[in-house]
Amino acid sequence: MNAPFTGQPLIRAEDIAHLTGRARFVDDIRPEGCLHAVIARSPFAHARLLGVNTASVEGLPGVVGVITAADFAELPAEIPIRLAPLAGFETFLQRPMAADRVRFVGEAVAVIVATSRFAAEDAAERLEVAYEPLDPVVTYDAARAGASLLFPAAGTNIATRYTAGMGDADAAFARADLVIERHMTAHRHTALPLETRGLIAHQEADGILRCWGSTKVTQWNRRALAVMLGRPEHSMDLIEVDVGGGFGAKGEFYPEDFLIPFAALRFGAPVKWIEDRREHLLTTNHSREMEATVAMAFARDGTMLGVRARISADMGAYVRTNGGVVPAKAAQFVAGPYRIRDIALEVEALLTNKTPVGTLRGPGRYEAHFFRERLIDLAAGQLGLDPAEIRRRNLLRPTDMPWSIGKLVPYEPASSIDSSDVPAAFDAALDALGYDALRDEVRKPRPDGRLHGIGLACFVESSGAGPSETARVELREDGGLRLISGVSTQGQGHKTVLAQVAGDVFGGAVPMDAIELRNGTASLIEGGFGTYHSRAVVVGGSAIHLAGQTLRAKLLRAAAARLQLRAEDLTLREGGLWREGGTQPIASMAELHAWMREAGEAPDATETFRPEGRTYTCGAHAAHVAVDTETGQVEVLRYVATEDVGKAINPLLIHGQAIGAAVQGIGATFLDELVYDADGQLLTGSLADYLVATATCFPNIETITLENAPSTLNPLGAKGAGEGGVVACAAAIANAIADALKPLGVEINHLPLGPDRLLRLIPETPA
Amino acid sequence: MKAPPFAYAAPSTIAEALALLAAHEDAKVLAGGQSLMPALNLRLAAPSVLVDINGIAELSEVSLTPTELRLGALVRHKRIGTDAAIAGAVPLLGLACPHIAHGPIRSRGTIGGSLSHADPAAEWPAVCLAADAVMEIRGPAGPRHVPAEAFSLGVFTTALRPGELLAAIRFPVARGRAGFAEVARRHGDFAMVGAAVTVELGPDGRCADARVVLFGASDRPIRRRAAEERLRGQAPGAALLREAASLAAEGLDPPSDLHASAEYRRRVAPVMVRRALADALSLPEARLAA
Repeated sequence: MNAPFTGQPLIRAEDIAHLTGRARFVDDIRPEGCLHAVIARSPFAHARLLGVNTASVEGLPGVVGVITAADFAELPAEIPIRLAPLAGFETFLQRPMAADRVRFVGEAVAVIVATSRFAAEDAAERLEVAYEPLDPVVTYDAARAGASLLFPAAGTNIATRYTAGMGDADAAFARADLVIERHMTAHRHTALPLETRGLIAHQEADGILRCWGSTKVTQWNRRALAVMLGRPEHSMDLIEVDVGGGFGAKGEFYPEDFLIPFAALRFGAPVKWIEDRREHLLTTNHSREMEATVAMAFARDGTMLGVRARISADMGAYVRTNGGVVPAKAAQFVAGPYRIRDIALEVEALLTNKTPVGTLRGPGRYEAHFFRERLIDLAAGQLGLDPAEIRRRNLLRPTDMPWSIGKLVPYEPASSIDSSDVPAAFDAALDALGYDALRDEVRKPRPDGRLHGIGLACFVESSGAGPSETARVELREDGGLRLISGVSTQGQGHKTVLAQVAGDVFGGAVPMDAIELRNGTASLIEGGFGTYHSRAVVVGGSAIHLAGQTLRAKLLRAAAARLQLRAEDLTLREGGLWREGGTQPIASMAELHAWMREAGEAPDATETFRPEGRTYTCGAHAAHVAVDTETGQVEVLRYVATEDVGKAINPLLIHGQAIGAAVQGIGATFLDELVYDADGQLLTGSLADYLVATATCFPNIETITLENAPSTLNPLGAKGAGEGGVVACAAAIANAIADALKPLGVEINHLPLGPDRLLRLIPETPA
Repeated sequence: MKAPPFAYAAPSTIAEALALLAAHEDAKVLAGGQSLMPALNLRLAAPSVLVDINGIAELSEVSLTPTELRLGALVRHKRIGTDAAIAGAVPLLGLACPHIAHGPIRSRGTIGGSLSHADPAAEWPAVCLAADAVMEIRGPAGPRHVPAEAFSLGVFTTALRPGELLAAIRFPVARGRAGFAEVARRHGDFAMVGAAVTVELGPDGRCADARVVLFGASDRPIRRRAAEERLRGQAPGAALLREAASLAAEGLDPPSDLHASAEYRRRVAPVMVRRALADALSLPEARLAA
């Protein structure tokens, strides 16, 4: 292929290894003499932990040792907050293991280390642990009431409460012709990557403690581990391997990220822990469980005047590394991509005896867009406006950019939407669906007796968080490029995309297959913040772009000096170094490397990119569904999702991201649900009960990538492209089902939308 | 998760298998392993011995006479769903098979394993009841034959006695029509509720005989005799099917679980009966709500 590489739908360089079984996931690593850890976990949601009888398993076949909280009681091992440090959170941090009280089913109470996984599991079954059950807190009301407290010393189950806003919501509501207010809920579910978590830790002969399997934010996790273990950062490394999906949940600092390195040090041998699926559902971050009372004020012509929201999030038993993002972003995004200037928010984060929460692809957005877009459809109905028309009248316009969204998040500065063309993204979705014709069509009786409906939803989504990324670009001796980046990879295809970015800086002088990426591992380069908030390409890619430019200039200067030409008269393109206007290359990239070596110059460059703000994508989802009113089953006949990503560096990978995100979001809306009973027991502890979308569930998804509004905040013009496909799914599906069931007077205010819930809403007719 | 320790035996004859089952009271029979292996890995089962019957050739045999189809207990779901002779002899088997899980599970899972496991929402126990099948059982006291209705006794409970092995299932070759309908959360999941029906039409076009079976609606598949009675002697029509479907739901006391409440099952059960009958009798208008 020829440069420019950017914009080309190149297949992933990663795929061959993955498809031929040569990828190296954490469980593929089998160090000699490796011990295996199994974690004994609380069967109670809330109980005093009276004692762990380690003697009950010591001496059993294969058992090497047992670790309990008492073994590291003196270490400062609270897992710190990485993102969203809201006031009050510091009281509710989790230590890696319960010491005197367990607060959710699945909380670690002991680590059993044995010579095989089988032996460790056999021993875990026989471990004697004494508990005294306490009243579990499993509802919003019980959490608020505080009759039972998770942290008695704190005196409350309310982890934080704050208000935020912009403009004057009271005035906006006072002049409204119509106010729509509803109590709505989003349901607890989780990311469910195909590969569960896992970790191998080993202090090797050189004294370095190495951990394989940590992902996402390895440099931050290494700093956290250094504090918790009380040893210097440089004496340890977190090594990234191939990762089978993360979606926000995997790679945060979890209890096991302390316990397994601690065990490796304690027993002086490599220790492996691979999370099983039941542990995954019990202990990896949950997300999205919140209730909200949201009100929107409208003028008679449909103009949106203001929005008020009271949002309460169920945080589970502890505040984990990024849990606060979930309610904070739900509140921030409740106004969406509309010209709403008057906003009043109340946010509350509650502790319950459930698994702690963290971010999941599109954290807070999925929920917020559901709340708002449902209200918009209700308003359209009352005002006699078409759902498309009421949105069109209120969408942000390109001339509104940059659009201030105020300071709605306590721990962040005020923010602005950098650029957007939402009406174009909305129209693209409507056109693809054939909205105008379908609008009439869906009201006609169908031969299969099902009711059809259309649902629309618009979204805005932030990406590309700072503070910065640093990258180094090196010219290899064979003329290839080596890119070194602090961003991590969990399967997104960065090896391909970042090579496209770098390759274009060199005008195609280095072919794609001669560009390698080294990233993720904590010790590779200082100044890496990792992969979250769809920032790897936006921020990490921009750093590579800058470093590439610096290296290119350096190479041209060195060549000019050697050739006694002016650097401006030289250029790099396919073939290597060219004189402007020349008919053949002067030197290959390998020769350039040799010249640098002879001149004693390092053929590399390092640069840091600091974005001045976040990038915002906008888009729309449109769904056409058919509802079987006798079974409550819904078929998604068509689903269209558009997103303006500013600049599509690899349209093929973005397409994959968008389709995958839509399946994840639609699946979450119908299927995924973590259900607890009144005792705080998780009822969905296996994949027989926790249902996840598979390849056959939602085959009719179309995604459209737009490039109308390049970001003004980075040299690539790029915006994050990993989450827009998920954020409006509940909104569009719920609106479509509500549209279908409109003749029956059904409203949809609560998720998820399984057949049992829907059938309860549908009046019964004779068989 | 890893299974607890167990011993493993792989007999090559039924007699050897029966001897092993006699010698080890808590032995478990391993057929396709699609329920047993997860149970072992979740440590919900801890047998001392697994008796792997996959090496017993005669258990995989299929034989067909003009009046009877005999399926060895080890016949895989996939073969039942793809062998035209099997579906030709007992069409209900072919109709139900695509609803069973997914390709990889159908390739391993066996009809005998499913029947012996006796999940109340499984397809094969309902199909056997609707198709009037007879279980051929071998055991220490010799062979015996048990009709499907006497075989499924409750949740994970069958008429198999300790030391016995389900060897084959005998179906009368069908003389009538068949229909099958179920609702599941995702295609391939266990049904929330479903119906399997067979209808024989007489020379006058009226229903000469019918069997109406619900599954997922009780602790085992159940015949709905009031519905069958309503159909008998009548000319098929949408109104008749609606009446029969209503009768099929009368007196139901279905279970509740995470995916469907008892109320859901009670409400949807007659819909499944109506749709299965509508398909069996080629009355598409009866599929629709009234």
